[in-house]
Amino acid sequence: MYVYDEYDQQLLNERVAQFKGQTERYFAGKIAEDEFLPLRLQNGIYVQRYAPMLRIAVPYGALNSAQFRKLGHIARTYDKGYAHISTRQNVQFNWPALEDCPQILAELAEVQMHAVQTSGNCIRNTTTDEYAGVIAEEIVDPRPYCEVIRQWSTFHPEFAFLPRKFKIAVNAVPTEDRAAIAMHDVGLNIVKNDAGEIGFRVLVGGGLGRTPILGDYINEFLPEEDLLTYLDAIIRVYNQFGNRKQKYKALIKFLVKALGMDRMRELVNEEFGRIKDGEGKLTQAEIERVKKHFTDPDYKALSDEPAELVSAREENKAFARWLDRNVRKHKKPGYAVVTLTLKKIGTPPGDITAEQFDQVADLADEYSFGELRSTHHQNLVLADVEQTQLFALWQKLKALGFATPTLGLLTDMICCPGGDFCALANAKSIPISQDIQKRFDDLDYLNDLGEIDLNISGCMNACGHHHVGNIGILGVDKGGEEFYQVTLGGNSGGNKADDASLGKIVGPSFAREEVADVVAKILDYYVAQRTEGESFLEVYRRLGHGPFKEVAYADAN
Amino acid sequence: MPTLINTQGVVEDTALTPVTLKEWQANPSEYAGKELELSVNSDETVDLFGADADQFKRICIDFPKFADGRGYSAARLLREKYGYKGELRSTGDVLIDQLFFMKRCGFDTFALREDQVLEDAIAAFSTFTNPYQNDVQDQRPLFRRRQG
Repeated sequence: MYVYDEYDQQLLNERVAQFKGQTERYFAGKIAEDEFLPLRLQNGIYVQRYAPMLRIAVPYGALNSAQFRKLGHIARTYDKGYAHISTRQNVQFNWPALEDCPQILAELAEVQMHAVQTSGNCIRNTTTDEYAGVIAEEIVDPRPYCEVIRQWSTFHPEFAFLPRKFKIAVNAVPTEDRAAIAMHDVGLNIVKNDAGEIGFRVLVGGGLGRTPILGDYINEFLPEEDLLTYLDAIIRVYNQFGNRKQKYKALIKFLVKALGMDRMRELVNEEFGRIKDGEGKLTQAEIERVKKHFTDPDYKALSDEPAELVSAREENKAFARWLDRNVRKHKKPGYAVVTLTLKKIGTPPGDITAEQFDQVADLADEYSFGELRSTHHQNLVLADVEQTQLFALWQKLKALGFATPTLGLLTDMICCPGGDFCALANAKSIPISQDIQKRFDDLDYLNDLGEIDLNISGCMNACGHHHVGNIGILGVDKGGEEFYQVTLGGNSGGNKADDASLGKIVGPSFAREEVADVVAKILDYYVAQRTEGESFLEVYRRLGHGPFKEVAYADAN
Repeated sequence: MPTLINTQGVVEDTALTPVTLKEWQANPSEYAGKELELSVNSDETVDLFGADADQFKRICIDFPKFADGRGYSAARLLREKYGYKGELRSTGDVLIDQLFFMKRCGFDTFALREDQVLEDAIAAFSTFTNPYQNDVQDQRPLFRRRQG
């Protein structure tokens, strides 16, 4: 992963000092509440229902074991002993005191971590595929480009006060899109042209929230060295002409809609043409410099399916099930990619305790070159595990509660913190996830259902990505009571980047105690209608919305 | 009254003939031969006047609220696209924690809001030593400046 040099470290140290000074001036009454707001937001601090929330950046989900231990230390020392993995691959602390935040950020800087631009109307953390660099299907490792974007976007002098937040995601796999790039302000799909050169198909104007829109292509092939100047051009157009009068119309998707894609492209190209060959143009030397941080670790020469793995799989059904579900093929023979599912029944999705931070850090050191990743599905990944070690690792993960063999299945839900923590939420979301986990706890049934995305958001800001869940659940407020709207047919990326779709609402919302029943009815109908191997989404798309809607309200209590 | 500063400290204002964009566009010839100070609000994007920027000795760009970031792009485009060489001044809601960004985008004087502490403001101009991006002051991003 990327290791800071003296320049990176100096910038981060100066940021820590800057925020410390700002906080001191705030407590001394020299900065008004509303003027301190964007300063603390751009350092990851929200004021939530009960306490500030501190959102730590995990650039494109990359972590090492020292950083992970530091997060455990912070959970233990400054919080209530746990933290939460977010859908932007970040880590959130729910209970720190504002007074402690400068010190927390200083401690994070010691391990090259920070909370820079994890909130506020600025360029946020860039996300990518959690399997980047270890799968054979990708065109090229997307992480160096994410790092280049991270540096360019960090304290950008012109784009700290945009009309609204701005999110970028990168995908490098032609057949899948785990980064969900169509739901981002800018989505970058790495492609190779006929000459074998690397470039980007650039999507603009996607996003969820109260007006979900999928991004559309603004550029079919952007050469890699034009990446930063093109992004400068897009955001410069947005910064000048984006809507600043209405908060709910301020995202770039509304500008693209208002101008039309042709006009948007024209404005971007005009500005891009002016700056593309200037000093801001990315150099091959810089791309190579950053790429050197993402070279392969010291892999051994091994073969797939070693004897101990084969026999352990035959002897232990639970291990075999975990292998099938949570372990993925690695590009190197003899290695495997292991996902740690943070979706144990009784635990809020994505939650992790201080002790678990330490224990997972130890596992990363022992089994995966000391590195790990956080995922958009709120799980963790050990990306470089020797296949001979899988059985031993599985036993340890089971003890930790991170071996629930449900990756990609119904109960591997995406879920925002909801009304239990968040001041914006209209309804709680964690209890819904727990109702569903309890109702659908039969592994045979879950496996038989196959891969289904079920996403839960506690309000229309859509942090739980309900619009792109195959089944989406949205908390709504009806006269002070919590209700839940169900959507069907959403898809965040699916089998190819152009396959994303937004879910459609089935109808009037349901009371909390009805939600699990409604999900059950929808699933029963799917099982009855499917042909061999047909997924939930495929059946939904084949039969259409009508029959599912009917089923959802049949025999309503 | 705001405190007029540059990156070093308090500066004396110089008297020019003030003009708004509307006034000037309505009758440019009326202002011929005068030393002009153009004031633009944040809805008046630079595409509306950039080509004529050299008519003005000073351009004041208003920040109606500190959270309105249009002025940064306006300043940068004036300097880099339209080659404006005159004085660029930030006015309105000019707070300490915007100053470093403003300096990088090409402003050279700042009408600091009156409640802001001067020493803190001057210190803010040296918040970061080596920023990642290129800016008006240095066209080279860090990747062209990085040693070794």
